[in-house]
Amino acid sequence: MTKPKDHFADEETILSQRGPGSRDQRKRAEAADCALPSRRSFLAGATALFGMMAVGSCSWEEFAQNNFQRMTKEEIDRTVERLKREYKAKYGKEFVVGAQRPIEGTLFAYGLDIQRCIGCRKCVYACVQENNLSRNPQIQYIRVLRFRNGSMDLEQSTIYYDPEKVPEDGYYYMPVQCQHCANAPCTKVCPVRATWSEPDGIVVVDYNWCIGCRYCMAACPYMGRWFNWTDPYIPTNEVNPETHYLGNRPRMRNVVEKCTFCIQRVRNGRYPACVEVCPVGARKFGNLLDPDSEISWLIRNKRVFRLKEELNTQPKFYYFFAT
Amino acid sequence: MARSGFIYGVAKRLTTGPPIYYAWVALLTLVAGIGVVAYMKQLERGLVVTGMTSYVSWGLYIGNFTFMVGVAAAAVLLIIPAYLYDFGPIKDIVIVGEALAASVLVMCMLSVTADLGRPDRLWHLIPGLGILNLPSSLLGWDIVVLNGYLFLNVFIPGYLLYKAYHVKEPNMSLIIPFILLSIPWAVSIHTVTAFIYNGLVARPFWNASILAPRFLASAFCSGPALVIIIYQIVRKYTHFHVKDEALFKISEFIAVAMALNLFLLLAEFFKELYSDTHHLSPLKYLYVGLHGKNMFVTWIWTALVFNVIAFIIFLIPRTRKSLVTLNLGCVLIILGIWIEKGIGLIVPGFIPAPLGEVWEYLPTTIEALVTAGIWAIGLLIFTLLLKVIIPIETGEFTRESRASA
Repeated sequence: MTKPKDHFADEETILSQRGPGSRDQRKRAEAADCALPSRRSFLAGATALFGMMAVGSCSWEEFAQNNFQRMTKEEIDRTVERLKREYKAKYGKEFVVGAQRPIEGTLFAYGLDIQRCIGCRKCVYACVQENNLSRNPQIQYIRVLRFRNGSMDLEQSTIYYDPEKVPEDGYYYMPVQCQHCANAPCTKVCPVRATWSEPDGIVVVDYNWCIGCRYCMAACPYMGRWFNWTDPYIPTNEVNPETHYLGNRPRMRNVVEKCTFCIQRVRNGRYPACVEVCPVGARKFGNLLDPDSEISWLIRNKRVFRLKEELNTQPKFYYFFAT
Repeated sequence: MARSGFIYGVAKRLTTGPPIYYAWVALLTLVAGIGVVAYMKQLERGLVVTGMTSYVSWGLYIGNFTFMVGVAAAAVLLIIPAYLYDFGPIKDIVIVGEALAASVLVMCMLSVTADLGRPDRLWHLIPGLGILNLPSSLLGWDIVVLNGYLFLNVFIPGYLLYKAYHVKEPNMSLIIPFILLSIPWAVSIHTVTAFIYNGLVARPFWNASILAPRFLASAFCSGPALVIIIYQIVRKYTHFHVKDEALFKISEFIAVAMALNLFLLLAEFFKELYSDTHHLSPLKYLYVGLHGKNMFVTWIWTALVFNVIAFIIFLIPRTRKSLVTLNLGCVLIILGIWIEKGIGLIVPGFIPAPLGEVWEYLPTTIEALVTAGIWAIGLLIFTLLLKVIIPIETGEFTRESRASA
């Protein structure tokens, strides 16, 4: 099948991942951040109090905000309301910032049919769209590796392929994203518990608690974590206002983010965006605790493997061969 | 009355000195100021101003931090021979080593803070107020041991100097337990820092048990080398007497430590080269380049050559006991270990990335300026500390001398 031109991830766009973005974009974003006048006058006081430490922070509420896991129901409601106001000021849209708890009796897992994947990268861009990933600098949670037939050597693979049509003869493809490990090396190392595994198995980040030390990025064996080296930029008309606190709500600069299995969708009974968009049905998703789910069925009946299983990270992301 | 007198005396000592003192302090203040301006720029624009990427997500800041933890640890490990074997000449100079350790610890903490994306959220690390993720996060443990070590290195010399200022004998049974405690504690700060990297299965370059021992061995080289140079400067400009004998004794330790360091490097080479698995890639990147990317090769060979030359200098008694060659060896070791245990340890850990991509890292000017600023701040603290400590230690600055003056 033919790929649209803008689906190419060439070296140039990857390099621009740490490009600064235009100055105007940043200025606009900053202005929107500090839109409320009362907050601005308070900021003056806070700056005086905390000196340089307040530079990165915009409002007192944001500065003093608690870890999501320690918040009471009221605190969560208040924070969600504040975030909605901020996002509306910045993007001019009404946002939904969900805080749905895990559904009882669910443990999410993912299946990827390595035999069927054609390397079109539609998942990559559906993910960017759905999860409000920064367009400039560019961040993409899913990396589609292309291997030459006969080898699964990561060092010999590439994400920079650019043919007229995919799939290409002599190659196969393996998309990699956060593997939502049961024994996650990334959550273990976080010095402030800003990242953890939810009861339904989703590894999440509290963007407002992350101190930006990037220890989790060093710990992840799958390149599952990304850092906003500067203010993320999303065009106003492309921003997705259906969000979750632990998922795709717009992020701020200098914090870590990652794939959340589209927590804003899956906790409302929908499929992740990458599953929905896959044109060949290579992506499967479901509840491990339900023996009748598609994912449980394919783990029982197909040949599956997990990436770097020897590291004992116990991913809940299964690669499989459909035939 | 007495306290204000002390403050007055300190202020006077800090503001008077030979022209070279003024020039030195002015230079450090200038570099520190430039560093602060560069850091403000980083706060304003985000970490995008650094050379780091999501591939190589730690760089010069963390490299420098790692190197300096070694210096801080080694400066105090000199206590071992001083107290356990009662080697007098070193005992006299231990307090200066502790002041060095305290200053370098400040540099360590500044380096980590400079690397943080959200320094405004530092309070998240304070237990109770925030959450310090113990026991599972090694970074959490590092914060505990570094702060404990800072306390020891402020408390011990602080107590001894307080007594000296009041011309009283210190109560040794009170202070000896703290001194003894600071020995394992010095080992612990370096071990825990090594474990930060060591525990990561994602990075085979660090995930080798040899990492912590090599850290200690190299710290025993660079720390004492710096101490040797500092003592020569101190004895030139103050009445503080440091015997050559002490310096030569320290250089013997360095010879042993460097032998150990090179031996462990050999062991690392053997394991990686002979087994020839994919875990060889970072080492390959470091020493010969990988997939045509070889930005680090010149640096690491420079470090290796420096270390070997220094080892030979320290091995031969004649060159070890001549101040000219001794100093040359010290400078070579400091530079060699700074490259090897600084960014030479951090950056190759990220190359290749976990999915095989090879992205190189080069620090930006802002990173270099911030780092220089941190060095300047540390040296400034150390200089000002010595300006007060040494006269107390030599008995020039006491309650009585001030009263009579």
